[in-house]
Amino acid sequence: MTTTNILFEIGLEEMPARFLDDAQKQLHEKTTAWLDELRVPYQGIEVYVTPRRLAVIIKDAAEKQPDIEEEAKGPAKSIALDENGEWTKAAVGFSRGQGKTVKDIYTKEVNGTEYIFVSKFIEGRKTLDLLQGFKDVVLKMNFPKSMRWSDLNLRYVRPIRWITALFGSEIVPLEIAGVAASNKTYGHRFLGESIELSSADKYRNKLKEQYVIVDPSEREEKIRSQIEQLQQKKNWKVPVDSNLLDEVKHLVEYPTVFSGSFDEEFLEIPEEALITSMKEHQRYFPVRDSKGSLLPNFVAVRNGNSDFIETVARGNEKVLRARLSDARFFFEEDKKQSIARNVKKLEKMVFQEKLGTIADKVGRVTQLTGQISDLINMDAVVRKQAVRAAEISKFDLVTNMVNEFTELQGIMGEKYARLFGENEQTAKAINEHYMPRHAGDALPASTEGALVSVADKLDTIIGCISVGIIPSGSQDPYGLRRQAIGVLQILKSQKWQVKLEELLEKTYQQFEAKGIPTRSKQEIMEDLSEFFTHRAGYIMKEAGIDQDVIEAVLHAGIGIFHFTFDKALVLADKRQDESFKPAQEGLGRVLNLAGKAGTEEVKKELFENATETELNAAVERMLPGYQQTLEQQKANKAIEMLAELADPIHAFFDHTMVMAKDENLRSNRLALLNKIAAMVYQYADLSKVQWKQQF
Amino acid sequence: MNIQQMILTLQKHWSDQNCILMQAYDVEKGAGTMSPMTLLRSLGPEPWNVAYVEPSRRPADGRYGQNPNRLYQHHQFQVIMKPSPDNIQELYLDSLRALGIDPLQHDIRFVEDNWENPTLGAAGLGWEVWLDGMEITQFTYFQQIGGLEAKPVSVELTYGIERLASYIQDKENVFDLEWTDGVTVSDIFLQPEYEHSKYTFEESDTDMLFDLFATYEKEAKRTMEQGLVFPAYDYVLKCSHTFNLLDAKGVISVTERTGYISRVRNLAREIAKIYVEERERLGFPMLKEAANNDNN
Repeated sequence: MTTTNILFEIGLEEMPARFLDDAQKQLHEKTTAWLDELRVPYQGIEVYVTPRRLAVIIKDAAEKQPDIEEEAKGPAKSIALDENGEWTKAAVGFSRGQGKTVKDIYTKEVNGTEYIFVSKFIEGRKTLDLLQGFKDVVLKMNFPKSMRWSDLNLRYVRPIRWITALFGSEIVPLEIAGVAASNKTYGHRFLGESIELSSADKYRNKLKEQYVIVDPSEREEKIRSQIEQLQQKKNWKVPVDSNLLDEVKHLVEYPTVFSGSFDEEFLEIPEEALITSMKEHQRYFPVRDSKGSLLPNFVAVRNGNSDFIETVARGNEKVLRARLSDARFFFEEDKKQSIARNVKKLEKMVFQEKLGTIADKVGRVTQLTGQISDLINMDAVVRKQAVRAAEISKFDLVTNMVNEFTELQGIMGEKYARLFGENEQTAKAINEHYMPRHAGDALPASTEGALVSVADKLDTIIGCISVGIIPSGSQDPYGLRRQAIGVLQILKSQKWQVKLEELLEKTYQQFEAKGIPTRSKQEIMEDLSEFFTHRAGYIMKEAGIDQDVIEAVLHAGIGIFHFTFDKALVLADKRQDESFKPAQEGLGRVLNLAGKAGTEEVKKELFENATETELNAAVERMLPGYQQTLEQQKANKAIEMLAELADPIHAFFDHTMVMAKDENLRSNRLALLNKIAAMVYQYADLSKVQWKQQF
Repeated sequence: MNIQQMILTLQKHWSDQNCILMQAYDVEKGAGTMSPMTLLRSLGPEPWNVAYVEPSRRPADGRYGQNPNRLYQHHQFQVIMKPSPDNIQELYLDSLRALGIDPLQHDIRFVEDNWENPTLGAAGLGWEVWLDGMEITQFTYFQQIGGLEAKPVSVELTYGIERLASYIQDKENVFDLEWTDGVTVSDIFLQPEYEHSKYTFEESDTDMLFDLFATYEKEAKRTMEQGLVFPAYDYVLKCSHTFNLLDAKGVISVTERTGYISRVRNLAREIAKIYVEERERLGFPMLKEAANNDNN
């Protein structure tokens, strides 16, 4: 069969760089799905994106769909023929409906009944006639933001300006947003010209001649290798931030790397501010020397070739100079302020309408930091430093620098705190209290930072939930989910001996004392419990723990989270462990029967056989040590203690009829089992675990 | 090229594209967008092509004439075309060429920037245009104005004149820019910059400004009720500028701030609605003219 290459190129006004990676993926998926539906065989597809184009090449597509031979099933023969052996109306209607006549009918048995059939031949359609369907592929693309333009009703990522659509050398008749397809495409906005393509072949090269590199990975490679050359030549280290590279490669169609410099005196500005100016605002790569110190240089990428690159570099230097002058001005101004004056200004800054100002929040967080320190018997020096850090945790929010570079909140706080003579641990904690800032970010390294971080996050979460701001779907404006995960991760890594529930209660009390909650305490606590249980489950799942184990350990709340987490790890292990089988069977039988009414206390005098006495004795011997082990949060030892009860439990069940007819005997035996069950539940609800060993 | 020549060049360029050349609107405002020539005229179905220079006052940016980049009042060159022409990017790039900026010698990019002005209930999608890394123009397709859907869509180009001039004239300090031969920005604007900054941050009569805000707001509502859209809108602009003066002085707390902004926004929305109703009542006259022109 002859095959042909197909090209679609949608030309647009510059699309946002951040959309392009996903656009490339979507275009691939949607085109593939469409081709499958078309039933046109092809070899493969190539998808390219640049700021100004979305392009697909379908390689070696068949010129027509394969023909189809299929049979259509009609009514049962008994209905199709009348008593005279003539075709009924039903049979005539069926054959006509299939584009056939009664002469084409044959019969076949299906599941013991004879039915009438006609065989159908569907001729494959010409591929070219089907390609207008690509319009739907284009229009079904999803973009985070889309727009209208001119007087059209269509919404799309950016205005569509041209369409190139070729089937071999033939133009595919396609029209989108009033733009008709042709064989014409456009080169680089300034360096290229418009050209007519005679086919999809050599699309990449034809466009490259017009200064457009359509393949994003090729653009990326080109940027990388030019940066590499520059590093060699200048003896620089240019750390290539992959997010920035991703953005930059999608801002240009033809990348050329160049470098520029700025006055050395700007290096006095805190490095983070310099880097933010360069990276976030200008999309430059900062430059370091071989020892890692920042140099007064930058590397940038131009959309074009190297002609007049000196002019471009000079222009960029000028812009950066203006930005850095601003940053230096802000830095100098900020240094003239004092922490106390800044903290005072927080009284005018609203945190959230119902939750008061930032100053109100800082007051609560400071108090809570002290309370948490007390709950976990924190060392007095650490406590003092943490409380001080909490008091001044937000003072940098009113500095010029943070006002200009919001992403530097905390980072500037740490710098300024040190300049204003705060203690080193306190200064660090100001930055660390925002950590983890995003999924995968580091946790606070210092205890002080951890304390303020937990207090600050709990304050936000409980404050918001107590006034009805509850995340739902994609709506989580205060990042409560992320913050709850942060709290749990810190509790886990710090191994603090405090139940999450206690912390929630303490935090809640502060809001209650000020009459802030707009909902009942019960509702708030239920929401909090559900909210945190979800996050705890999420953290465990990320650690590879399965849902059944997660439910087992979270059955009675989160408790001391690092211990709960350890228990989950132990159980995840035990449920694969052959030697644990007798224990889980024994404990499982106990849990099955427990809960059925028994007496409060076990009465030894009602025991009838030795196994009852022995089981009770084993429990009594173990109980004090078991409680101690739980208090010491030894997850493995505790479960092994429970496992020691397996033998007496099995002996007990072998010789004792629990559900005895005598009510006294029965309740007494249930009471014994309840006692054991209570011990098990203290650990986890083992009945939820799906044991994985071979039975 | 001095600023005066730049302005003349841009006026010529957009005049050739059938834009009506307007003069600056005579009420204080923070941006060219707030001129009724943009904000009101971009509403409704009538075609509208206009270009004008707009002195834009941003009291909070006042720096007593000491900062090389920030001004109490800067100038914008504003272009509105409704509906947005298909070749608008080309027309824009031609305007840069007319200013002597050859794209082959520079790096010109369209970098995503979505514009939003909550005070005016306005939002649009587009770019900031970068010239060798410097933002020189805001390029926006209006999607919503005064809380109403923009249909057809207007495209708005806002050139930052001083920014562009500092590049064209290769000057570091805005006050060194040549307005016309032998006359610098400093000659014309240094004293007003200093005095307006001093007034804004130190000398303004806060009580009077609060009173004025209330008075202007009341008058805006009263005139609006009588269907007098343009006078009502003038008072909204006065409210907005008065608010900016108060805000720059730091006498409006953050909580109150939201309240003031929403008061201005509500007025702007109401006016937008009435403007379209009034135009409709008049039978959208410019729609007919456009049709007649097409027939000739």
